[in-house]
Amino acid sequence: MVAAIDQGTTSTRCLLFNHAGRMIAVSQREHHQHYPRPGWVEHDAAEIWRNVERVVPAALREAGLTPDNLAALGIANQRETTVIWNRHTGKPLARAITWQDTRTEPMIEDLAADGHADLIREVCGMGPTTYFAGPRLRWLLDHVPGAREGAEAGDVLFGTMESWVIWWLTGGPDQGSHVTDVTNASRTMLMDIRDMRWDERLLGLMDIPAAMLPEIRPNATVYGSCRTVVPGVPIGGALGDQHAALFGQTCFSPGEAKCTYGTGAFMLMNTGARLATSPHGLIPTVGYVVGDAPPVYALEGSIAVTGSLVQWFRDSLELIETAPQIETLATSVADNGGCYNVPAFSGLYAPRWHPDARGVVVGLTSYVTKGHLARAVLEATGWQTREVADAMNADAGPGLALTRLKVDGGMTANHLLMQFVADAIDVPVERPFVMEAVSLGAAYAAGLAVGYWADLAVLRSNWHRAALWEPAMDPALRDAEHANWNRAVERTYDWIRPT
Amino acid sequence: MPGRIQSIERAVAVLRLLDTADQPLELHEIADTLGLARTTTHGIVSTLRELGLVGQMHDHGPFHGRYEVAEAARLFGRGGPDPHELRSLAMNWADSLAAQTGLAVTLGVPTRADVLVVHHVFRPDGSPQRLAIGQRRPLHASALGKALLAFASGGARRLQGSDLTAYTQRTIRTHQALAEALAIVRQDGLATEDGELEPDRGSIAAPVHGTGGLAVAALAIFGRRDELFDGHGGPDHGLADATKATARALTRQVQTLW
Repeated sequence: MVAAIDQGTTSTRCLLFNHAGRMIAVSQREHHQHYPRPGWVEHDAAEIWRNVERVVPAALREAGLTPDNLAALGIANQRETTVIWNRHTGKPLARAITWQDTRTEPMIEDLAADGHADLIREVCGMGPTTYFAGPRLRWLLDHVPGAREGAEAGDVLFGTMESWVIWWLTGGPDQGSHVTDVTNASRTMLMDIRDMRWDERLLGLMDIPAAMLPEIRPNATVYGSCRTVVPGVPIGGALGDQHAALFGQTCFSPGEAKCTYGTGAFMLMNTGARLATSPHGLIPTVGYVVGDAPPVYALEGSIAVTGSLVQWFRDSLELIETAPQIETLATSVADNGGCYNVPAFSGLYAPRWHPDARGVVVGLTSYVTKGHLARAVLEATGWQTREVADAMNADAGPGLALTRLKVDGGMTANHLLMQFVADAIDVPVERPFVMEAVSLGAAYAAGLAVGYWADLAVLRSNWHRAALWEPAMDPALRDAEHANWNRAVERTYDWIRPT
Repeated sequence: MPGRIQSIERAVAVLRLLDTADQPLELHEIADTLGLARTTTHGIVSTLRELGLVGQMHDHGPFHGRYEVAEAARLFGRGGPDPHELRSLAMNWADSLAAQTGLAVTLGVPTRADVLVVHHVFRPDGSPQRLAIGQRRPLHASALGKALLAFASGGARRLQGSDLTAYTQRTIRTHQALAEALAIVRQDGLATEDGELEPDRGSIAAPVHGTGGLAVAALAIFGRRDELFDGHGGPDHGLADATKATARALTRQVQTLW
């Protein structure tokens, strides 16, 4: 049995997987979201650690197992959430700044205005954006009393959530291992994405003391042994959540891609040994690194609003009572009735980059009913997936194109939607048995590191198709609908006037 | 939340059963379908009749003495759960049953005339398969259909007057044989279909009950006959138990909502 800790945005979970990759038990605890100001979103890292201490034993209890039954433990985590803490006491100096937090926007604008964008793009694979953890760390150093002095003296440590959890699991103040993995480190804006080391130029630019940084390690490697919670169990893997899903979906060959559909959606495509550049604004990133093997790169495209559009339809328009009912409403009509919904709620991101855009519902006539609106809501996720897929096909590199898409996440329960995604992107869409791709990926990395699974081929043989949606839309209709979608998107532009 | 009152749940189940049945039902048919004692059923039906929600036929025709839902009670509507919510609840259970048995899994809900497949999980062997979501299954010649006839749709009488289409040599063709088969389904809590729809294939299904006992869906595994049935034509015990256990687990979850 291998345990995975999924340290996510709203909760921390522990899942146990057997050798066949089947989920045996799960335990979960939510943590508080703190919103001290508009645009700020914080987590209490100490609360998250307490939850780790509880969910792992709870999952073992549910399965009737003891730590002796665990071959390894792996960690997948919300990416770019940033914490600093005192290495002698284990106390965070402030609440963790989460990935949703936008307070570093002015810093990012200054970096670009000061002409640093090219250097950052050269080293990190992408220009400065608020995604990255590094600017959050800089904000903490600038604003938290004692942080900078402590960091320079070697008393204050920085980490993203996997570093924080591993440090505590391996002893905390008593010689805990201060490490991170390449995928999380690649999202700091401080690591050279080619040689996988902290980049001194960027540390200088961001004025970050090197003494506070964790050591960068591969994703599947033994980080150390737990000294608490499950004493003696080796920690064999750590990955950022979306990279973990790529690994859990066994996208091990160049061109293989997965898309995780939650409130937003994240598509990652394996680009092999080649670090792609993306004129279309996708994010070139480290896919994963297994032991001493060379890094496998990936392209990432995200869609801000997918499941959250269904939530808006439910909670703000109150046209349905539960999210699954949108399929019932959508199947009450045969098509979208000419209606399109572009959910540019906070502008349009990759590949369009129109922060000035806002959402529209177009094509309204007296014929349109709430059933057509429901269709338009679901189709928006399909067309947005198409846009990211098109950008991937353009930027992934010679010979790499999307030929199938592996999907996971809650929205894969929607049959109508998954069929529409297949129709929109014109390649088969398939769902594996284990929908918990993020946790499974963390377990796989950990089990691989300790030899519980022999190699990637064994993991691949664990992947079983639970459902397959084949493209079935008439090509002429697909093209016409795609053209309509594009015309709808054009109508979102330039809505917000420059102040 | 205070505990729900069982007799009200049962009364609603009786109303829904009478509403979905095409013809008035006899007392014992109501009792058998919902798994209630005759005396309990009689008490519920009599009370509902006095309250004007259930009518009893007194026309001395073929339905004399049987019960039907009164017009006043039809405002309860169809009342069944949303099929897509059911699928959403069933996803993990169905995946787990398919992984455990190595067979394909479907979830079906009753319609007026047949069974609608609302969820389908492939058998996990990588073989080429097509999603059957949206397809229909006949009530008398599928395990899903028999489970729903027995526990939701008013039994064999539901199909009386209509021809029982023979899909294979083994399809049940007479209403008498169907009634006998459904009695066994009720007794076992399990429905089987052994080469009755396609010659070499079969299926094992168990009902998913809402509150009050009325089935809202059925969960089935399907595969080759030799995978599902032993030499004597009985269902493999392990597969039958796994299907029933999964349907029970799903029932517990469904009953928190319906």
